[in-house]
Amino acid sequence: MSILTYNGGAMLAMKGDGCVSIAADKRYGIQMQTVGTNFQKIFEMGPHLYVGLPGLATDTQTVMEKIRFRKNLYELRENRKISPKVMASMLSNMLYEKRFGPFFVEPIVAGLDPVTYEPFICNMDLIGCINKPDEFVVGGTASAQLYGMCESVWEPNLGPDDLFETTSQALMNAFDRDAISGWGAVVYIIEKDKVTIKDLKTRMD
Amino acid sequence: MATERYSFSLTTFSPSGKLVQIEYALAAVAAGAPSVGIKASNGIVIATENKHKSILYEEHSVHKVEMVTDHIGMVYSGMGPDYRLLVKQARKMAQQYYLVYREPIPTVQLVQRVAAVMQEYTQSGGVRPFGVSLLICGWDNNRPYLFQCDPSGAYFAWKATAMGKNYINGKQFLEKRFSEDLELDDAVHTAILTLKESFEGQLTADNIEVGICDQNGFRRLEPSHVKDYLANIP
Repeated sequence: MSILTYNGGAMLAMKGDGCVSIAADKRYGIQMQTVGTNFQKIFEMGPHLYVGLPGLATDTQTVMEKIRFRKNLYELRENRKISPKVMASMLSNMLYEKRFGPFFVEPIVAGLDPVTYEPFICNMDLIGCINKPDEFVVGGTASAQLYGMCESVWEPNLGPDDLFETTSQALMNAFDRDAISGWGAVVYIIEKDKVTIKDLKTRMD
Repeated sequence: MATERYSFSLTTFSPSGKLVQIEYALAAVAAGAPSVGIKASNGIVIATENKHKSILYEEHSVHKVEMVTDHIGMVYSGMGPDYRLLVKQARKMAQQYYLVYREPIPTVQLVQRVAAVMQEYTQSGGVRPFGVSLLICGWDNNRPYLFQCDPSGAYFAWKATAMGKNYINGKQFLEKRFSEDLELDDAVHTAILTLKESFEGQLTADNIEVGICDQNGFRRLEPSHVKDYLANIP
């Protein structure tokens, strides 16, 4: 129906105790037909900063290149690392510039502040309206299922290991109930001095 | 004619490698009212003369010390109308930055952008360079900043400086008086003393303007407040 559901995909980010997670499926499809199972839609934007761009695959890649460009210019101009908060505002501003002909992505920003290491997560709609809850954010075609899963499994002050388990279970069980998401998944656990990237083996049917 | 050979453009290099229009702009600044800026350990002070040619002028209506954002303020030596244009632009640039990044503009960034505007006016057609030097002070990163912006677009970071009429004497005075661990109150006192050095006549709360910036932000001092500082000056 909507162009936002043309390629499919599921994504979520969660806050933990001194850590954040961001995870997504790996499917690349054209409506109901699966074309690839290794599509990347979470991108590293700094040592503690990741941006996920679920939605229309072509815009996922365009928006990634555009924010990488703006981030690089910002870091050169100001001679400092971009914070997740500034990244979110910058992205929101960029999306609203295209208010009447938007990019069909609903971005998720997850990371730790480069100075204070305070966890940060947020998501926004395709025209850049920011939503900044304290618990978790979801996006993609399985967002309804993800909300259900996250509401039931998320709890406050999860450590990195528990956060990985919670995030993975929420994602896998959500996209198993969505026909155009799944086919493998990747989970990023972002901590102060390390980022753990894990690929999940999931149902491939 | 030889004298007209280099006058086809306002911004053409002279044979000796100078841009005379910019030098004239600096001369306009050096003829302008003095202003000083001093960085203290817990803030910054900027101050300037605001002398009136006639007793009929209503004081405290037109200001030389202006706020740009909550935490940045500026003052000038040189031509008033040029200054107001730069204030307007600086305020706009600060708000544009806030709109995009949702973070107050760092002083360094504002200075860089204002300087870029000033540079543009040295290389564009149909315009002349600004007849002002600016002192921009700000508080961010939990520390004070003090910058000077010249008509050429060059900018400098100072611990303390003076501009305008008698600026050489002003700077010498500051070199003797400045210390790293000055407190804001002492800095205000020193700034007023520096103005007094070259002031013709009696300093009053009506003919100087003082602005201070600390962790609470930038503000222009009320005349009554300036009067208190003047009371401590011989």
